[in-house]
Amino acid sequence: MFLDYLVLGNSSEFINGGDILVTLAVFIILMFALKKVAWGPLMGIMQQREELVASEIESAEKSRQESQQLLEDQRSLLKEARVEAQTIVENAKKQGDLQKEEIISAARAEALRLKESAVRDIETEKEKAIAAVRGEVVSLSVLAASKVLEKQVSVEENRALIEETIAKAGETL
Amino acid sequence: MQHENPHFELWGLGFNPGNVLMLVVAALIVFLIAFISTRNLKLKPTGMQNFMEWVMDFVKNIIGSNMDWKTGGKFHILGITLIMFIFVANMLGLPFSVVIHGELWWKSPTADPIVTMTLAVMIIVLSNYYGVKAKGFKGYLGSFAQPMAFLFPLKIIEEFANTLTLGLRLYGNIYAGEILLGLLASMGTLWGGLGFFAAVVPTMIWQGFSIFIGAIQSFIFVMLTMVYMSHKVSEDH
Repeated sequence: MFLDYLVLGNSSEFINGGDILVTLAVFIILMFALKKVAWGPLMGIMQQREELVASEIESAEKSRQESQQLLEDQRSLLKEARVEAQTIVENAKKQGDLQKEEIISAARAEALRLKESAVRDIETEKEKAIAAVRGEVVSLSVLAASKVLEKQVSVEENRALIEETIAKAGETL
Repeated sequence: MQHENPHFELWGLGFNPGNVLMLVVAALIVFLIAFISTRNLKLKPTGMQNFMEWVMDFVKNIIGSNMDWKTGGKFHILGITLIMFIFVANMLGLPFSVVIHGELWWKSPTADPIVTMTLAVMIIVLSNYYGVKAKGFKGYLGSFAQPMAFLFPLKIIEEFANTLTLGLRLYGNIYAGEILLGLLASMGTLWGGLGFFAAVVPTMIWQGFSIFIGAIQSFIFVMLTMVYMSHKVSEDH
């Protein structure tokens, strides 16, 4: 027949057992050789890449969280610092007020003291002046009296009497 | 057109040295592609490494569409080797075929039913092996009575039907492609070379289509492999 060669198994008189063995052997050897030299390493590197990507993602996530944490810390620190600054300013203000009060009261006291001492000085000066005037008046009076009485009245004898008289006069003055 | 196959016998086994040659060539090409593209592996892939990783992900997706990765992961290497080997084997017969003394030496190894049926039987045997391994012998036998006991004969037939369709689909597609390419090539020698002008455009179209067919068939082969595997290995389907 013309189409005989198309019929399955017609090309060889019987099934080629050798071909079966060769096909199996070639395929199996190829598979194991490639597993050893090609697929194994390639799968290894792909696995490695997968792990790398996973670990990279993980570390990125971790560092993101870390920076978030850091940001939070910084934010709270800033807030704390702000509060602290506020209290410091307030304290300073309070202290300043206190100091102002102190200074003013001290100045007031000093002024009072100065005034008092001035008043005292004036008093003593006044007394001194009065005493001096009294002394002068006594001497003048004695002088005048001695001039009037001449020898009858000695300065030393009558001085006490005159002084007493003048002191009395001063009291009534 | 009617080529004989070369033949010799050794230790009482019949060999087709054409098949042996083409299988070895296909395996060597696959090995070289994989070997060269996985030198200088880097975490940041470049050039051929990208391509190999794409193939791996492609097969991974095929497996992932049939079963979860925990059970399907062990078929990854089988799937990659299978898809690359069948694709390269399908491509080998496209550019030319070599006939010496009326004997066909250079062709696609997958254009021979013995080769494709061997691969198909290997897959079905493997799927049954992994079925026993995953479910235990009792569970494996019980899966033949699922979902209804009276389906048992159909389940048995299914195993053989799967084997036949898996192997013969690949063989038929590639063999038909080569037959048509051979016809077109012989047309190119007709009419004192004038036939070349008539044949060149259809040949190019058919070669392009055959590349497509070869890629699709290798994909289908691996896809069905994983479907059969998942039927045997998975608890529910």
